[in-house]
Amino acid sequence: MPLTSTSSPEKIVESLLFEKSIPGRRGVPLPAVDVPHTSPEAHIPEALRRKTPARWPELSEPQVVRHFTRLSQLNYSIDTHFYPLGSCTMKHNPKVNDRIALLPDFAGLHPLRPHGLSQGILEILFELERWLCRICGMDAFTLQPSAGAQGELTGILVARAYHESRGQKRPLVLIPDSAHGTNPASVAVAGLTAVTLKSTPDGKVDLEELKSHLSDKAALVMMTVPSTLGIFEPRIQEIASLVHQAGALLYMDGANMNALVGLLRPGDIGVDILHLNLHKTFSTPHGGGGPGAGPVGVKKPLEQFLPVPRVALENGVYRRQFDRAKTIGRVHGFQGNVGVLIRAYCYLRLQGQEGLRDIGESAILAANYVKAKLAKFFPKMAPGPCMHEVVVSGKGPFGNGVRTLDVAKRLLDYGFYAPTIYFPQIVPEALMIEPTENETKETLDAFVEAMGKIIEESRLQPDLVKNAPHTTPVRRLDEVRAAREPVLRAKPVES
Amino acid sequence: MDLKNLRFAESHEWIAPDGTVGISDHAQKEITDAVFVELPKAGRVVAGKESCAVVESVKAAFDIYAPVAGAIAAVNGAVVKNPAALNQSPYETGWLFKIAMTNAADRDKLMTHEQYQEFVKIHKH
Amino acid sequence: MFIPHTRDQREEMLKTIGVRTFDDLLAGLPLSLLRPNLDLPASMSEMELVRHMEELASRDHLAQSYLGAGAYEHFIPTSVWALALRGEFSTAYTPYQAEASQGTLQSIFEFQTLVCELFGMDVANASMYDGASAAAEACLMAHKHTGRPVALIPDTVHPQTRQVIETYLVHSGARIRILPCPDGVLTVETLKKHLTAETAALLIQNPNFFGCLESNIHELSKLAHGAGALVIASSAPVALGMISPPGEYDADIALAEGQPLGLPLGYGGPYLGLFACKTELVRKMPSRIVGQTVDRDGRRAFVLTLQAREQHIRREKATSNICTNQALCALASTIHMALLGKEGLRELANLNFQKAHYAASLLKKRGFAPVFDHPYFNEFAVTCPIAPEILVEKLAAKRTLAGLPLGPYFSDRKNQLLVCVTEIKTKADIDAFGDLLEAACR
Repeated sequence: MPLTSTSSPEKIVESLLFEKSIPGRRGVPLPAVDVPHTSPEAHIPEALRRKTPARWPELSEPQVVRHFTRLSQLNYSIDTHFYPLGSCTMKHNPKVNDRIALLPDFAGLHPLRPHGLSQGILEILFELERWLCRICGMDAFTLQPSAGAQGELTGILVARAYHESRGQKRPLVLIPDSAHGTNPASVAVAGLTAVTLKSTPDGKVDLEELKSHLSDKAALVMMTVPSTLGIFEPRIQEIASLVHQAGALLYMDGANMNALVGLLRPGDIGVDILHLNLHKTFSTPHGGGGPGAGPVGVKKPLEQFLPVPRVALENGVYRRQFDRAKTIGRVHGFQGNVGVLIRAYCYLRLQGQEGLRDIGESAILAANYVKAKLAKFFPKMAPGPCMHEVVVSGKGPFGNGVRTLDVAKRLLDYGFYAPTIYFPQIVPEALMIEPTENETKETLDAFVEAMGKIIEESRLQPDLVKNAPHTTPVRRLDEVRAAREPVLRAKPVES
Repeated sequence: MDLKNLRFAESHEWIAPDGTVGISDHAQKEITDAVFVELPKAGRVVAGKESCAVVESVKAAFDIYAPVAGAIAAVNGAVVKNPAALNQSPYETGWLFKIAMTNAADRDKLMTHEQYQEFVKIHKH
Repeated sequence: MFIPHTRDQREEMLKTIGVRTFDDLLAGLPLSLLRPNLDLPASMSEMELVRHMEELASRDHLAQSYLGAGAYEHFIPTSVWALALRGEFSTAYTPYQAEASQGTLQSIFEFQTLVCELFGMDVANASMYDGASAAAEACLMAHKHTGRPVALIPDTVHPQTRQVIETYLVHSGARIRILPCPDGVLTVETLKKHLTAETAALLIQNPNFFGCLESNIHELSKLAHGAGALVIASSAPVALGMISPPGEYDADIALAEGQPLGLPLGYGGPYLGLFACKTELVRKMPSRIVGQTVDRDGRRAFVLTLQAREQHIRREKATSNICTNQALCALASTIHMALLGKEGLRELANLNFQKAHYAASLLKKRGFAPVFDHPYFNEFAVTCPIAPEILVEKLAAKRTLAGLPLGPYFSDRKNQLLVCVTEIKTKADIDAFGDLLEAACR
């Protein structure tokens, strides 16, 4: 399997760092050694010294700046485009949050500082935990998990530890077929077995199906609330009751929390464990794929199993607590993605309770507005209100064999990032549209208009859609080739 | 390959009288371009309907199930090197592995090609 | 204000939707539970927020720190975050629509290449959460690949990394065996004693938690391979400018905490898990991978590939559950690596080596004898004339962090302190540190 590129195509959008490299160039100079010389050769045996240097490129600072600036200009992003990726909550990332996270006295904090020299940051972590508890109606939170998936793993391990502490072996986790792939994957990492629950045709929980699988072997039922179809499960409290009667726990995947903030607390409807995605609901930057944070909230009986260290307040002094006998252990090398946590703290300070309520309501309003305006193009759309996102099926409305994938690519030509596509898997040719609370009505109108035009194109000029995108920096990619002949690194720089 | 001699499982694998196993033309169309094939080790004992191979497309992974019980007698290294063969020639060069069948009569319990085509028609979504 | 809807627009939207009031949209929700009092502090303006946060930050202001132990203070060139925080990078998400994400995808491809070169390995992924979870996933990968249950881990691997590995492995069918290294490095005899047909992997950290170079690493690697186990090598990015990388001792999997290149200390995160492996293991490797391809017009382009390993396709059979990783941190690291370049990395490594060795000899003269005799890079343990905790407290009063007392991690090292010196420190800083330490002991 060839791993390094062996041919240089004529058409290059932006050359690689390695292609811009010439020996002797340097980006950032370093100061001279100002201490008496110690000989590495005398102190480190040859076998332990590096034989061949890393073949890193050599560029000047202006080259590096231009390179990455130009690369950035190839991206669509929230700052530049409407980005209605369903279930990702692509809301505005406030710039003040970045400014604060990079204040030298935050950025310069070593994680192993004695607690006496960490009072400011520990207060932030302590308060953030408390506020997340209040927003979610939970009793305790851990801020350690670095992303939603790690949060799920943490939550599942906590549930497992809880059952084991009561002498119960419960190997099964029940997950609807509409769930995000991380749910069953996290179950597998936790050493339990995922059981898939078939949903009803309209994407809700099939109560009979649930009842048939609930037993004393079920540890957990994992649900996304609202569902991955953007619908609030009206029988959620009944479901919670059934789950608890079977001695199991109810886990909520909090990816869609933007629909609930300020309006409803998961803890009030029977949720025992949940994770949040701070890079979704709480405005921390998505970063092209992270870093995020996936804090996990639990009800009181589960608190003792949460990862260490915990942050405690004793006699006005904040401390990190390590001494927790029943903890599942650490999931992060240190305290978690603190820079992300600081940003979430700032966001909550900016919003306050009224702000959060506004967010939930505006997100729901925007999604229903889009739904109402799209109705004429998607006549088979499920009736009734949605929550913060709307899911439609591309099966039927598009003519001439045009598929959801093609429509997504054509939207790029219209200057919109595409909605989430082909998820949830139970909706054929799915498009999941989440506008968020930050988009103007004008933008939403323009998006709907574009969808209408594309559907018309699919009937009258289908090739235009099937061959989209036409105006992005690159056109449709040969993904088959990328998988069959993987080229996963650049050619090394000639020395 | 004379399709009349093949027998088909509901999970879309075919098995020839000599124990060679592959996937149907219908299946390769559903998978779209195969990018990677993972085959079992020769010698492995498999039960009927046991998952023992994987075919990956860009967007999905498909489990392949042994149509009958037996031991893996041979695997097709060529299709691992060139997954496209699975799409181009699912009944010939795109074969996957060969089972030394525990009981050759197990094959008769599976569908004929005609029955399989009916089956596909009924179950098409 | 982040929400743009005016009152008039809200009413227009409700009218279009066809409901009278907003609450008509909440039909399915339990009425009695709606809009609870969250008891959160009142909202602040941006101005008030900045003031509040600056005050909070100022409480922990410090002059100098000699703390290392897995998180290192290096100088981050200004361009790094000026570029990484460009909105086009920081506010994009996972590059599933590749045509609109070539900036992110190409930078990840460059990152993967730089990591391969740093480690001397064949293929790297787009990042893991941190070095500790990378180590945990490497152990799981070795377990699945070999089918064997035991991961051998010397106690010279960072204690907190070991804890994370334990959390991840506890229900996997794999287990850890800790190898005692009283001499500060793993010996050949110790490994021989514990290597069996059940060993999936040897995980070894070089430089290790004590800052020592694992002198026997070449032989240890051969031994492990001879027993059919994989070698998982954890190292440190800046040290690799000078010391032998995992590829030079035939490691199967290489990983590191990538924080030193481009990421602030940040009280522990977000950090960056670097992860690379041999070609034959690539399909078992967790997390995203970017590959090169062409578009329909023949233009070179980049795309997420080998996705069939991942959770959104394989679900419970995925190589890992990881989805969102540390992409922006990887980008910052890529920019930092590009600014350093081949020679800069070597120079940076040398600066660290020189300053640390100067500091160690200075401290020795002041009564802080080195604990170990092994070669080291920029971190070393010293024996303290007084209790390290008291020393740390006294220096903290002068706004200096002396280092990490080892007692809480190793009960037989109660009078030892782990000191780290990076290129940030001038000779004057180090001399002053020596004075402070000596004075604190009088």
